[in-house]
Amino acid sequence: MRAKLSVQIMSQPTSDAAPKPAEPPTVLELFIAFAIISLSGFGGVLYWSRRMLVDQRKWMTPAEFNDAYALCQILPGPTIVNLSVVFGRSIRGLPGAAVALIGLIGPGMVIVIFFAFLYSIFGTIEALQRMLTGVAAAAAGLVISMTGKMAEPLFEEKNWLMCAMAVLVFVTIGLLRWPIWWVLLVLIPLSIAIAWRERQ
Amino acid sequence: MKHDSGILLTLLGYFALMSLFAVGGANGAIPEMHRLVVETRGWMTDRQFADMFALAQVTPGPNVIIVTLIGYHVAGIAGALVTTLGMCGPACAFALFVSRLWYRFKNAPWRIAIQAGLVPVAIGLTAASALVVARAASTSWVSVVLTVVAAAVSYRLTLNPLWVFAVAALLGLVGLV
Repeated sequence: MRAKLSVQIMSQPTSDAAPKPAEPPTVLELFIAFAIISLSGFGGVLYWSRRMLVDQRKWMTPAEFNDAYALCQILPGPTIVNLSVVFGRSIRGLPGAAVALIGLIGPGMVIVIFFAFLYSIFGTIEALQRMLTGVAAAAAGLVISMTGKMAEPLFEEKNWLMCAMAVLVFVTIGLLRWPIWWVLLVLIPLSIAIAWRERQ
Repeated sequence: MKHDSGILLTLLGYFALMSLFAVGGANGAIPEMHRLVVETRGWMTDRQFADMFALAQVTPGPNVIIVTLIGYHVAGIAGALVTTLGMCGPACAFALFVSRLWYRFKNAPWRIAIQAGLVPVAIGLTAASALVVARAASTSWVSVVLTVVAAAVSYRLTLNPLWVFAVAALLGLVGLV
């Protein structure tokens, strides 16, 4: 499965030799699929992208999806945005990457600008303010829970050195509020060096 | 609303740079975003930042859409386009470039070390982001309790976050938070 995706990603977009379904999705189909993912994805779109690409359209196998997702998660920038361009290109070249990206962020952007416009008018209304206060507190809770879920494997492996690295990133950026670039320019190479040594 | 090109260029440059350091998804950029727009430039209050995070969460679409809200707040529609472009453009170009190499060196030891080394960075950044948002969102001790309960509930149960948000909005509306 994995080899298949790599072949696809490196092959020419319009090549007939692609091992995938007889008819690769068209640019329009790509756009529609990602627009639907975007519009159904409240509070994150991972679940919906898997459902669309793997279960419904069957454009990727579960293994291919996991593989592409793992890559896009460690790439800098928004995970699902990375996934849309990498997948879009593997199907239809750069135009495919562009339409998948626009399909993914376009509808959300329009809606959110509309919300922002409403907020600029009604943001000071007390009832709305109170609701947002509640939602903001809950949203913060969800990020805490996400952190917990991400950290679980490290605890299970009892990889304390890597745990310490995560704590160091948290303290410098979260507590001390140092600029992200200086911290990460030092800590990313250090962390990779530790991971490298652990695997020797 | 300010529309001068100086602000737009600052936003573009800053968000573009930030996106390349956002390891582990859009949340990784939240601490730096907060540092820029609240602490350094004072473009918005902590409170407004928390509101925007909340709005982005209840909007369909990827969570990265918070950058669109921030851009709109700072410099109108042009600002919204510029921050979104800055956040997605360089990251996408990098993703397209790296994904070719990535699959070619699927089993290379250095590739596996990079992947493993980035995991704690992503966790640390997400934790920092959680702290920044939790601080900005805490208006009273009740709101802190709500944050903790929401964290516990969504950690233990896999449920649609919309339910958590709906309950939280209701609690806020009736004036409990």
